[in-house]
Amino acid sequence: MKIFRSLSIASLTLASAALIAAAPQESADLSKLKGAIKIDGSSTVYPITEAVAEEFNKVASKVRVTVGISGTGGGFKRFSAGEIDIADASRPIKKAESDGATKSKVEYVELPVAYDGLTIVVNPKNTWCTSLTIDQIKKIYSASGGIKTWKDIDASWPEKPIKVYSPGTDSGTFDYFKEVTVGKDGSIRSDMSVSEDDNVLVRGVSGDENAIGFFGCAYYFENKGKVKSIAVDNGKGAIAPTTETIENGSYAPFSRPLFIYVNKASAEKPEVAAFIEFYLKNAAELAAEVGYVRLPESISTKVATNWSKRRTGTQFTTPEGEAVTGALAQVYE
Amino acid sequence: MAKSRSIASRVLKDRTFLWACLIATNVAIVVLAVLLMSIFWQGWDTLSWKFVTSFASRKPSEAGILAPLMGSVWVCTICGLVALPLGVGTAIYLEEFAKRTWFTKIVQTNIMNLAGVPSIVYGILGLTAFARMFGVFGTNVDDAITLGNEEGFFFLRLPFGSSVLAGGLTLMLVILPVVIISTQEALRAVPSSLRSGALALGATPWQTVWGITLPAAIPGIMTGAILSMSRAIGESAPLLVLGGLLLVFNTPTNLMSDFAILPLQIYNWAGRPQDEFHAIAASAIIIQLCVLLLFNGIAVFIRQKLQKPLQ
Repeated sequence: MKIFRSLSIASLTLASAALIAAAPQESADLSKLKGAIKIDGSSTVYPITEAVAEEFNKVASKVRVTVGISGTGGGFKRFSAGEIDIADASRPIKKAESDGATKSKVEYVELPVAYDGLTIVVNPKNTWCTSLTIDQIKKIYSASGGIKTWKDIDASWPEKPIKVYSPGTDSGTFDYFKEVTVGKDGSIRSDMSVSEDDNVLVRGVSGDENAIGFFGCAYYFENKGKVKSIAVDNGKGAIAPTTETIENGSYAPFSRPLFIYVNKASAEKPEVAAFIEFYLKNAAELAAEVGYVRLPESISTKVATNWSKRRTGTQFTTPEGEAVTGALAQVYE
Repeated sequence: MAKSRSIASRVLKDRTFLWACLIATNVAIVVLAVLLMSIFWQGWDTLSWKFVTSFASRKPSEAGILAPLMGSVWVCTICGLVALPLGVGTAIYLEEFAKRTWFTKIVQTNIMNLAGVPSIVYGILGLTAFARMFGVFGTNVDDAITLGNEEGFFFLRLPFGSSVLAGGLTLMLVILPVVIISTQEALRAVPSSLRSGALALGATPWQTVWGITLPAAIPGIMTGAILSMSRAIGESAPLLVLGGLLLVFNTPTNLMSDFAILPLQIYNWAGRPQDEFHAIAASAIIIQLCVLLLFNGIAVFIRQKLQKPLQ
C-alpha cells in the first residue's frame, strides 16, 4: 500500500512537473528542430503563410521553411504528387485534384485559416449607390444581365454608363465571385476591364465615377479613401463589409475562406507538426495583421480538433463526389 | 534659280531626316529617364543597407531582399558560365568548321526558331529535364541520389529539384539561342582576309580561330552576352514553372540550394495592397538594376581586356 501511495505521489509530482515545464520546454524544443518544410500555392494565402513562417523562423531557426507562389492549382498539382508538405489554397480542393492525391497515396488534412471578404466597390463620387442585392450584383456581372447604365439597375439612379472592373478570370477571387453570383455554369459578361493586379482595379475604380469593381477586402481596407464599399443585401438587410461582419459570417455570401492543406505523411515529421501547430495558434492574429479576417472562435476550435485528430479529406466534397457549397460555418464540423 | 530651290529643298529634307532621327532617339531616352526617375523617387527613401541584408518580412519596414538578391546572382552566374561557352562553341562550329549540309541547316533553322519560343516553354522543359530529370530517379526528393554534404559547398543531388543549378540551366536554355546567333553574327563580321592570312602563314584552323577570329569577334560576342544576361536576370516565368520560391530564409550555399529571385519578389510586392510594399518594390527594382549593371560591367570589362585592334 505504502509503496503504491508513494508511487502515485511520485507520478503525480512528475506529471505536474511535466505540465509546468511544458510551456518553456516547447520553445526550447522548437529551436532544436531541424529539417525542411516545403510550401507552395496561392498567392492570396501567401501573406499569411509568409507572416507565420517569419515568426516560426524566429523560434525554430534551424528549420528551413520555403514558400512558393505557383497559384492554388499549381500548388495542388505539386501537393498531389507529394512534392510539397503544405499547399496554400484560396479555394477548397477540387475532386480531380483530390483524386490525383489519392492516386499517388497522398492523404491530407484540410485546415481553414482565415477569411477574405470579397468587397464590391464604387467611386466615392457615386452618391446614388450604397447597397446592392445579390440579384442586382448578379445582373450587373452576368453575361445575360444586359446592364449598360446605372439606371438599368434601379430606375431612380442616373442614366450614366456603368464601367465594370474585375480581377483576372484565372484568379481564385474571380472563381469564387462567379460561383456565388451566376453559379458554376453561368457566364460572366465579357466587356469588363480585367486586371491580374488588384491595385490596378483600385486605381481604375477610384478614377472613374461610373465604375464598379470587386476584390479582396485587404485591398479595400488599404484604400478606404479612394473607393467606397457597397453593402450587400442577401435578403436580411444591407450588410457592409467590415472585419466583424466578415468574421461572423453575416457578410454573406462574399466571405471566402482561405485554406492550408497538409500532407498527412509530412505531418508525422516533428518540424511540420510544430509548424502547423504554430500556424493554427497564430493564424488569427497574423491574418488580421496582413489584411485578412480571422476565423470565428467556433470554427477555429473545430479546425484545431480536426488537426489534432488528423482528420483527412476535404469537407467540401461529399463522399459521392458532389461539391458542397455554402458558408464555411455550415460546411465545417 | 531652279537649281538653288532644289538645293534648298534637299537641305530641308536632310534637316528633317536628322530631326526625325533625333526625336526617335530621344523618345527612348525620355521614356527610360521618366521610368528611372519615378522608380528612384518611389524607392530611394526605403533603400538602405538593412534592406539589402535582411530576409523577407510581413512588415514592409523590416523586409529585405537578401534571399532573392543572392538567388538571382547565383542563378544568373550559373546561367552565364554555362551559356557562354556552350553558345560560343556552337557558333564557332557552325561558322568556322561545319560544312553546309542538311544537318547544319536543320540545326541553324532550329536555333533561329528557338530564339522566338516563349520563355515559359523553356520553364516546362527545364522542369522536366533538370528539376525532375524525366522522373528516372523517382519523384520524391527524399529518395534522390546525393553526393557530398548538404550543408557544405560541394553537394549534388539527382534529380536537381528546384535548385539554383536547375534554375541556372533553365535560364541557360532561354538565352542560348540569342548567344549563338549574336556570336555567329560577330564571327561573320570578321573579314575573311584575316582568316586567309593566318592560314596562309601556316596556322592551324584551331590557331586561326583562337588567335585571330575569336579576339576580333569578342566585342560582338560580349554585346550579345550583355543583351542575353539582361534578359536572363529579368526572367521570372520559367523559374516560376520550375517551382520558383518567394520565401527563403537562407542564401544559397551550394548548387542544390533553394532560391528566390528578384523579379518574382518585385512582382509580389508590387501587387500587395499596402503602399509601403510598393515603395520597397521600387527599391528592389533599383537593386535589380544594380545587379544588371554589375553583370554588364563584367562583360564590358572582358570586352576591353580581350579586344585586340584589327590592324
